[in-house]
Amino acid sequence: MSAVRLLVGTKKGGFVLTSANRQKWSIDGPHFGGWEIFHMTGSPADPNRLYASQASDWFGQVMQRSDDGGKTWATVSNAFDYQGEVGTHQWYDGSQKPWEFKKVWHLEPSLDDPDTVYAGVEDAALFKTTDGGHSWHELPGLREHGSGPDWLPGAGGMCLHTILMDPQRSDRITIAISAAGVFRSEDAGKTWTPSNKGLFSEHNPNPTAEVGHCVHRLAQHPSQPDVLFMQKHWDVMRSDDAGATWHEISGNLPSDFGFPIAVHAHEPETVYVVPIKSDSEHYPPDGKLRVYRSREGGNEWQALTRGLPQEHCYVNVLRDAMAVDQADPCGVYFGTTGGQVYGSNDEGDSWQAIAPHLPAVLSVEVQMLA
Amino acid sequence: MINVMLPVPLRRLAGIDEAAVALEVEAPITQRRVLDALEDRYPMLIGTTRDRSSKRRRAYVRFFACGEDFSDADPDDALPTAVANGDEPYLIVGALSGG
Repeated sequence: MSAVRLLVGTKKGGFVLTSANRQKWSIDGPHFGGWEIFHMTGSPADPNRLYASQASDWFGQVMQRSDDGGKTWATVSNAFDYQGEVGTHQWYDGSQKPWEFKKVWHLEPSLDDPDTVYAGVEDAALFKTTDGGHSWHELPGLREHGSGPDWLPGAGGMCLHTILMDPQRSDRITIAISAAGVFRSEDAGKTWTPSNKGLFSEHNPNPTAEVGHCVHRLAQHPSQPDVLFMQKHWDVMRSDDAGATWHEISGNLPSDFGFPIAVHAHEPETVYVVPIKSDSEHYPPDGKLRVYRSREGGNEWQALTRGLPQEHCYVNVLRDAMAVDQADPCGVYFGTTGGQVYGSNDEGDSWQAIAPHLPAVLSVEVQMLA
Repeated sequence: MINVMLPVPLRRLAGIDEAAVALEVEAPITQRRVLDALEDRYPMLIGTTRDRSSKRRRAYVRFFACGEDFSDADPDDALPTAVANGDEPYLIVGALSGG
């Protein structure tokens, strides 16, 4: 089996976890100790090319890049300048506020070029580099879609947190913003269409509005990219037409609130979520940390509990903090706000705490190494 | 030479071992010129003490010198002679925020 490398971003630094057998793990870090590592990820085209979003309320946004799998790092450009008319979006109180860059939430490397990376930022916009991070330019068609005044921040800020590249149609990009919703581009990011039909959000004056939905995370399987799964603020949703329409698949979940959602590496209808009690109670129902798995593409969910704390557990699992590996059987990993990273080497049937005492986990990514 | 003291996170980011860095800055010695010189020497610090474009001080960063708070001073005002002479450092401080 190939070795597995986990890239874990936390509130106080980045950690690199490696294992040859997915049973014993070594932990390297913290990298950038004391800084928030919002997201750390690797290029599918070159696993040694890593990118990290390093942020601080004090010192702002720093971007890091490694060319040797995380042994050494160097800063790259942190210039994320909106293009053209900046415009305004809705603030919490309903007033309008100008767009202002705050931080990079998510990095999505190109499937085939290690120098090309998309960045989802707060206030919500999509940026791209084609020179390995030395310069970033906005794809302004998204922010200038025209619905911007109706976008509003979720509790964590108005962030663009999900970027899905379609492996079968190179010009299709699907993104999600909290709280605007899903947008899809069929022309490599020049123009965008809201893709929120079927979503229902009670926090909106019009719960079925075209935009304004607090989408927490999207996931897709590369073999059927027209099927999208969504963890929304409330509701777990599914689209079978690339986001044109959505229907609910929450089924028998104990709560349909949550943040991450992931798809099994080899079974496109096997989906994972971590139910959280409510939007004001960001911890698992009944104090039991349970991953739920559906092998039917939703609606019928099975609790996965072996190895996870089943009493007095009040951690959260954030939207970018769950990942699956490509091994067989598929591995599943997630990190908690309590600083635990749990891993399963059997598709979620059982779990072990592979890093039990890290700072609060913000993101988890996984790489297979040759 | 102007001695600039940096907070630990920025020293680590810039790979600076010492608490202070000595910078050659052309007179008149102002905050803007000191910060420009710092960013010229250490480009990884661009954007960490002030906004990249507007040059507005970041909200949680403070600037002190000779026992005075220069955080909200005009960046083009001259700094004290003791700073310009290198007798006193120019301090970049992360604001106290936490428990």
